[in-house]
Amino acid sequence: MDELIEYGPDLLKGFLVNLQLSAICTVLALVLGTILVAMRVSPIPVLRAAGTTVVNVIRNTPLTLLLAFSALGLSDTLGLTFSDEPYDNAFWLVVMAMSIYAATFVCEALRSGINTVPMGQAEAARAVGLTFMQTLRLIILPQAFRAVIAPLGSVVIALIKNTTVAQAGGLLADAAFVMYDTFDTTGVSIPIFIGLVIAFMAVTLPIGWFTGWLAKRLAVAR
Amino acid sequence: MTENGHASPLVQMENVNKHFGALHVLRDINLTVSRGEVLVVIGPSGGGKSTLCRTINRLETIDAGKIVFDGQVLPDEGKALAKLRSEVGMVFQSFNLFAHKTIRENVTLGPTKVRGTAKDQADKRAMELLERVGIATQADKYPAQLSGGQQQRVAIARALAMDPKMILFDEPTSALDPEMVQEVLDVMIGLARDGMTMMVVTHEMGFARRAANRVVFMADGQIVEENTPDEFFTNAQTDRARDFLSKILTH
Ligand SMILES: Nc1ncnc2c1ncn2[C@@H]1O[C@H](COP(=O)(O)OP(=O)(O)OP(=O)(O)O)[C@@H](O)[C@H]1O
Ligand SMILES: [Mg+2]
Repeated sequence: MDELIEYGPDLLKGFLVNLQLSAICTVLALVLGTILVAMRVSPIPVLRAAGTTVVNVIRNTPLTLLLAFSALGLSDTLGLTFSDEPYDNAFWLVVMAMSIYAATFVCEALRSGINTVPMGQAEAARAVGLTFMQTLRLIILPQAFRAVIAPLGSVVIALIKNTTVAQAGGLLADAAFVMYDTFDTTGVSIPIFIGLVIAFMAVTLPIGWFTGWLAKRLAVAR
Repeated sequence: MTENGHASPLVQMENVNKHFGALHVLRDINLTVSRGEVLVVIGPSGGGKSTLCRTINRLETIDAGKIVFDGQVLPDEGKALAKLRSEVGMVFQSFNLFAHKTIRENVTLGPTKVRGTAKDQADKRAMELLERVGIATQADKYPAQLSGGQQQRVAIARALAMDPKMILFDEPTSALDPEMVQEVLDVMIGLARDGMTMMVVTHEMGFARRAANRVVFMADGQIVEENTPDEFFTNAQTDRARDFLSKILTH
């Protein structure tokens, strides 16, 4: 128990890094995922092909490889930098890799949501004179989102947990990194381990409950 | 409401052909619809009635021939096509109200998003139209909370909100419980009286007799016969039409 108290502040700081990553990546993943799904259902073949390729490649690549690629390939070899501050640079490289990775899952969740929207909805929208983009934005996507709130919750939960491997790419002092670090110096500590598990569960469980509740509340009656 | 009220017809279809794969669903269709005319399309299942209707606002493309709407060949795509569609109302068999929007929003969506009408103005007009179809008290409900007949009347109000030059009806009462058919037909008869140009796929003979100027009988992708409702129902010229009528008259 003493280790937990001693390293508590560091662990907390690390955990806040996890939360910060999670929040930023969630927003970006939802935006990117929506753009990807719009590409995948668009009437323009080039956009459709590009969307499909991005999703299939990224989704089937292990996250740690994506993180490594973003840190080593993009940053070191190609010289992509977000900031002169090494920590900030690492942070945004991780954000980029994790957001696009999660975005592909958001995209696929949304695509299955689109499949639950009856054809007649899009037809009625087009018949009124809405353009393709308006139809997607005003009629199809809002209904698709409501249909997949619970699966999107799972994507966000996976994303939050995945922030613990962020260090593989960018050496961020996230909670898991701090934990390994303390284990190195003081030996494995069960309280620290359990403390972190509880901290993550304190975030992810409510998200699961909340999205489950929201899914029921916003369900589209047909 | 008499034919040829204006010089140029509103819809002109010339030698229109359409296939679904190997299936030839529209065969050399030649048809004009005059302004203010109410045209009923009738015929056996699979004959191409829905397809015919849907080619006019280009929900279905055609393979050959020409369709002119209000003096203009139907645009292929893009903004011009969206504009054309905004001028042609459509009422579907399955209503297709936007399920996540309230009744009022269903009616105001087109005017605000397509025409750029101010929201309060669109709201006001929506309430007038909902009043006209008898649903004003339900304006804040969602489609699933309404009966089929009510939903279909909302769908008509949604079409009217765009001030269309014409409304296409594809079997508007076929999905309704029998007791709700008349309330929808009454609204349609009212529209016909007010001079709306309408193309109506329906087997409701009562409606055809009361409101239609002309009946078109379609089978196997062809227009087999066209006539005034009275002539058509009492004195059909072709065996196919007589055969079809004998079947729908028995129930
Ligand atoms: N999207 C499609 N793809 C392939 N075939 C189609 C499609 N839509 C219609 N068809 C076929 O085209 C033919 C004509 O269909 P259409 O719906 O126009 O007939 P209809 O006269 O409206 O029939 P109903 O009275 O059953 O509504 C039918 O054989 C139908 O199966
Ligand atoms: Mg049909």
